[in-house]
Amino acid sequence: MNPPESPRLDRRAAIKWMLTAAAAVALLERSSPGAGATLPGDAARGYGTDPDLLKNHQPGDFWPLTFNAPQRRAASALCDAIIPADVKSPAASAVGVPAFIDEWISAPYPGHDKDRVLVLEGLAWLDAESQRRFGNDFTNLIYSQQHALCDDICHAAAAKPEFGQAARFFAKFRDLTAGGFYTTPEGMRDLGYAGNVALTAFAGPPPEVLKQLGLT
Amino acid sequence: MPFITTHELQADYDVIVVGSGAAGGQTAYTLTMDGAKVLMLEAGRSYDPVKETPMFQTNGQAPLRGASTPDKPFGFHDATVDGGWSVPGEPYTSASSEPGRQFWWWRARMLGGRTNHWGRIALRNGPYDFKPRSRDGLGFDWPIGYDDVAPYYDKVEMLIGVYGNNDGLENTPDSPEGVLLPPPKPRAGELLAQHRGKKLGLPVIAVHRAVLSVKQDAASIPAKLHPKNPTAQRVLAQAMRERAACFWATDCGRGCAIKANYQSTTVHLPPALATGNLDLLSNAMVRAVTVDENGKATGVAFVDKATGEERVARARVVVLAASSAESVRILLNSKSPRFPSGLANSSGLVGKYIMDTVGARLGGQVPLLENLPVHNEDGAGGNHVYVPWWLYQEQHAGKLGFARGYHIEFGTGRRMPGMGVTGGIDALTAGSYGRKFKEDARRYYGSFVSFSGRGEMIPNEDSFCELDPLVRDQWGLPVLRFHWKWSEHETRQAAHMQRTFADLIAAMGGKPGEPKADGAQAIEPGGKIIHEVGGTIMGADAKTSVTNQWGQTWDVKNLFVTDGGPFVSNADKNPTLTIMALAWRTSDYLLDELRKGNL
Repeated sequence: MNPPESPRLDRRAAIKWMLTAAAAVALLERSSPGAGATLPGDAARGYGTDPDLLKNHQPGDFWPLTFNAPQRRAASALCDAIIPADVKSPAASAVGVPAFIDEWISAPYPGHDKDRVLVLEGLAWLDAESQRRFGNDFTNLIYSQQHALCDDICHAAAAKPEFGQAARFFAKFRDLTAGGFYTTPEGMRDLGYAGNVALTAFAGPPPEVLKQLGLT
Repeated sequence: MPFITTHELQADYDVIVVGSGAAGGQTAYTLTMDGAKVLMLEAGRSYDPVKETPMFQTNGQAPLRGASTPDKPFGFHDATVDGGWSVPGEPYTSASSEPGRQFWWWRARMLGGRTNHWGRIALRNGPYDFKPRSRDGLGFDWPIGYDDVAPYYDKVEMLIGVYGNNDGLENTPDSPEGVLLPPPKPRAGELLAQHRGKKLGLPVIAVHRAVLSVKQDAASIPAKLHPKNPTAQRVLAQAMRERAACFWATDCGRGCAIKANYQSTTVHLPPALATGNLDLLSNAMVRAVTVDENGKATGVAFVDKATGEERVARARVVVLAASSAESVRILLNSKSPRFPSGLANSSGLVGKYIMDTVGARLGGQVPLLENLPVHNEDGAGGNHVYVPWWLYQEQHAGKLGFARGYHIEFGTGRRMPGMGVTGGIDALTAGSYGRKFKEDARRYYGSFVSFSGRGEMIPNEDSFCELDPLVRDQWGLPVLRFHWKWSEHETRQAAHMQRTFADLIAAMGGKPGEPKADGAQAIEPGGKIIHEVGGTIMGADAKTSVTNQWGQTWDVKNLFVTDGGPFVSNADKNPTLTIMALAWRTSDYLLDELRKGNL
């Protein structure tokens, strides 16, 4: 089967996302029926009950990935809006997080199919909303434009009703981006995870930790 | 000899041991060290932790960042292969469709079974735990007491290596001087809970876990465990020297390539194989125990998974150590004209009184643990401390509304990040993203704690397993059908756990999640804690039990059960250490009876 070439929503999905949104018309005009999310086929398999645990696995090793070029661009831009480079660590896209998210939404395990629909529809909405507001795809927006959009959807509990579904998408995407990023060597170092090294003795918390906890 | 194929089976053995986990490992160890010729049959594949354990792999190197899937329910790097709550081609069924009446049956089809991934928490049952009915009138008393088992707890602890302290607390037995290894220091969150928990009367003490905090004393322990047996002493000393002390990295659930923690495959099987007395056949799925015209066991019939063909093996004695429910299944499938309801089932109790552990959990966030200076908290890859049951007096006075206790396990610390690493911070960050999100992630990392209760379930008439009349597995063998029901003793206990954990998190200055007031909502499904015991309960009377105090079936004197099946109660203490102690005790008795010609 051919993956859809644009991250556009199909008509049914668009209606679901936009029922309460004033901006529905613009997006519906752009949508093309039948170009919606494709679910993993029957042939899709997981890694089985006895995979090689020692190997350094890469996205795509076990099941086909999903993103087309526009979806990958949108995902990458959103990853970096959530985890940009700063003095302590690189941006999420620089350490392979978009490919991990693609692996996640393409996985043939229960629950991943829902994430797949939410993420693909969300990315399509993101570009459509970027076009509507600023006349450009999300990846081409300037910093302040990206933030204006993200501010509307970053906090599900506070989002306006018309952004409800978009906020659910953002929350999921942030979880995936963070999980993908903080499991890399760069991300683990950024958080201050100092383990996974062999020691001759376990010393317990250092004095400055005990002091901060009031346990000295 | 050791690892054999079906073509290399000997014509006869002293003992066949079915299963290679805690029970099978201990049974084969004790028997072979004393010179018995043993055949061990394992239904899963062979497995070598030295070569196969992912010791320093990170979640970033795993598919889906190591997240759990139906193929790997405890995450990608968990030691278990070909196992889980569902095993392809080997179903089980539930008699009820009600959510609260399901039993989740965990199996690990691999050499070493569940010992490869278990939590290594190794607690002794106390004196009360063997006589619960005498204390509160519920369930059953064991036909043995703590004093019968204590010498075997000592031996097992010395053999496998257990860290912990002797705290002298009620029904929480001390070990003799010199038996336990020193416990690791508590982590930051564990220390905070210890300090703040005092106000609530919670004794936070060193947990006992089967991890070598220091190397074992290979010069003195072998002589204590095997007096007057120089061969056994030599073999064990060598095996102990091959085990390294923990290097304080890599979660124990992955198994341990340096053999620092206990798993059957690194601790029991190497010395047993080194005696030259053990033949070990993998991919051998036992269908039934075979019997002669006199009703004595002659061996087992098994499916050779490589070919799908049925084979037989013969021995003077058969020991079932297949996991309590699998051993039930084998007995019920061992039907013959002489034993129409299955073998060793004249009491009708095979499969009855199955138990799991009561489990409930609550998490929260503790501001004091935010922004801690960077430090390494991997430690021994599991709890360093726990809270043993502390309300014996209040409970005995009838003040609690449920009859049995629980202990508390801790989840704290700056662990290796996985998919949930920023889970739960949404509510604290007003949906931050960008550089603010990165700052928030640093701030809150390691500030989340969770507490899990592990409590005693009382055996009841509604929790049992039997053969499903219709469903068969891929080998054509009838499968188990489970019946399950918690009583109010368990659900009220689960609600008590929730209140306690909320109080503890609050005492740490934290914000607990919403505790569930309804214990039926808080309690984990039966089997979820993977402490399945019962089904071939022991007793003093052949009419009301399946085995005697030695795990010897009343009906077939050369047939024994050494897994958790003979348990008549399931104390809050995790069952594995007791399984091993009883397996050693049974094996000593079995050897004695063999020598006397009684089997």
